[in-house]
Formats: sequence, C-alpha cells, structure tokens
Amino acid sequence: MSQITHHIPESMLIAYAAGSLPRPFALAVAAHISLCDDCRVGLGAHEAVGGTLLNEQPVQMVSDSMKEALFAQLDDTPLPEPDPAFERSGVFPGPVMQALNGKPPRWKSVGGGVRQTLLHWGDDGSTRLLYIPPGKAVPDHGHNGIELTLVLQGAFSDETGRFGVGDIEVADDTLEHTPVAEPGAPCICLAATDAPLRFNSLIPRLLQPLLRI
Amino acid sequence: MPQPPEKTYSDQTVLMLAVRDRRDRAAFGLLFDYFAPRLKGVAMRSGLGSGAAEDVAQEVMLTVWRKAEKFDPHRAQVSAWIFQIARNRRIDLVRKENRPIPEEIKMVDRVEDDANQILAMDQEATQLKLALNRLKPDQRALVEKAYLGELSHKEISDQTGLALGTVKSRIRLGLERLRHELKGMR
Repeated sequence: MSQITHHIPESMLIAYAAGSLPRPFALAVAAHISLCDDCRVGLGAHEAVGGTLLNEQPVQMVSDSMKEALFAQLDDTPLPEPDPAFERSGVFPGPVMQALNGKPPRWKSVGGGVRQTLLHWGDDGSTRLLYIPPGKAVPDHGHNGIELTLVLQGAFSDETGRFGVGDIEVADDTLEHTPVAEPGAPCICLAATDAPLRFNSLIPRLLQPLLRI
Repeated sequence: MPQPPEKTYSDQTVLMLAVRDRRDRAAFGLLFDYFAPRLKGVAMRSGLGSGAAEDVAQEVMLTVWRKAEKFDPHRAQVSAWIFQIARNRRIDLVRKENRPIPEEIKMVDRVEDDANQILAMDQEATQLKLALNRLKPDQRALVEKAYLGELSHKEISDQTGLALGTVKSRIRLGLERLRHELKGMR
C-alpha cells in the first residue's frame, strides 16, 4: 500500500468531508480511503477543521420541548442495527462491495476485450467497474466533466503517467487520453464520472446510449 | 509512566467519555446544551426552516447518544466526531441510495485510554481554532462555506486556495502521530 502515488485532490477530500461531493465521486473517494492511509489521515484532519467550525457557529436556540422529547427517547432505546458494513472481497474494497450489494460483478463486453459492470447511473453521473485485458486500451475518450479512475488490480498507463493499485487518476475535460493496461494481470478499475464520456470514434459514440457510459 | 489525570482533557472530551463509559445523562445534557443550538444553526444555514433544523439537531444528538461507544478520542475530537454524524445525516436526507462507507480500521484493543494521544488531539483542536481565527473575514467565510457543504469541489479548488493555504500547515499538525497510530492497526 505504500506505493500509492496518485491521491485524492485536496478540494475533493474537503467536499467529501463536508458531504457535498456528488455520489459517484464519493464512492471513488471512499474506496480510495479504504486503500490509502494518507488520505484517511487527511480526511480526519479536514473533519477536525469541520468540528472546529461547528464549535464556532452562532447558536440558534432550541425549544425545551425538543430536549424533553429527546431525553424521553434515551430510555432503553434499543441500539439500531449497525451500518451494513461491507467487507473487502478480493480486489474490491468495502465501498465497492457495498455498491455491488455484496455480489460479484456481472461483466458485460464493451468491445476490444474490455468489459464493464455498471454500478450506478443517474443525473449525478455514473460509476462502473472496468476490466481491461493486459495490453488493451480503453477507447480513446474525453470528458464533459471530470472522471476519476481508481485502480483495483493491475496497472494502466496513459498520456499522464502510470497508475497502479490504489492510485486514482483525475481527468478533467481538457484531457483526451487512452489508458492502456500493463502486461501481466488484467487491469480492474473503478471509474466515476459526473457527466457522460465523449468518445472520439464513431462506433463507441453510437454505442454510448446503449452502454450508458 | 503514570497517566495524567483525566481532568487535563478538554471539557468536551471529559463529558463525551462520561457518556461513552457510564451513559452519564447529566454529561449528555451539557453536550446537548452546547451542540444542539449550533447544529440547528448549521442546518438553518443550509436553508432548512427552524422546525426542520431542530429535527436535524435532535436526530444528530440522538445518534451521539446511541453510538457513543464508537467515539474514539484517539482519532477524533468530540466536535469532529459530531461534525461527521451531522454530515452523514445531511447526506442521508437528500439521497435515497446508500451513502458509500469507507472500510473501518479495526479498533485497537486498549486496556486503557492513551492520555497522551487524546491530549494531542485536544491540542490540535486548539491550534486549528487559532489558525481559523487568524483568517481574514472573507477567507474565513469561504472556508466555512467549503466545510459546511455550501460549495462544490470545483468551487473549493477555484476559490479557497489562499485561505486553505493558511490553514493547511495547521491541518497537518499532529497528523504524523495519527498516521503512525493507523499503521499500527493494520
């Protein structure tokens, strides 16, 4: 784990701490933090800032009846079920297993040997798992928004550098890139976008509505 | 080495440990009196009416009571822990789907609390408060908006650079210790 060199940008870590990150990115951040002590510590630091600001907020008086109602609930309150904690399974960190509902991914071919599993698709963007055979490329694409790619197995390289397990790439709308999987193990990634991808060649572009990417 | 007495901890930490270890209602009442009006204030900032904001404050404080045993003073100050609970509550209100939850680090089996580590967290909070109070009013306003969920991540990276630079050296203070702590838990 010590080899992680590409981390969450500070602004995203703050937005995650504040709860204002779009859901697709929040999943990628939660998955990266599950693999990266540095970013876990950074998140803790930002939450400490949030706590300090909470301490200094102007007060809004609360009613006595609310306090009484709350204290009435403290009696013998059965503890709610603990958060459904999903454990890591193989290369998939807990938050990815949570998005998979604890089941193994169901891969669908998207051409060129590349496979994907869609985890979430909505107005706020999408998240999916990508399976890229060694030496193969994800179709050349740009972005209308930002795309986060977290490596879970293997490694890929593109115009900006090399990304191994735990590394997260942040690609904005200025980057046209072609990620290529390294020889060896197939590369498995979590990809999160806040807008549809923009493919440069016709066929993937025609398939895009079908593939929902 | 003898541990320093508990009363050298901050008031908030002492009260929260009483809730955690003894289910102390009087201590919880004092935490409520301090945090509930502030939680209500934060909720109203985000646009909720007084009644709805009060409901949020109530739910957050109820979670503080119910999950008190999960409070770990070696890893977070009371205020930072309650900030997290309030943040999670806000996300759950607006999203139908489950909020992604990072894997938890296993709790260390401690025979007793490590007073030095807890004091270090309290001191970090003091340092952070000083750093935030040194910001110019407009910087301070931006930082508050960023941490209270009123800016997008893009707005944070575009607008708060200078303000965050000022806070950042303090943010990193004391974190090396925490990092060692985490490594020891793997």
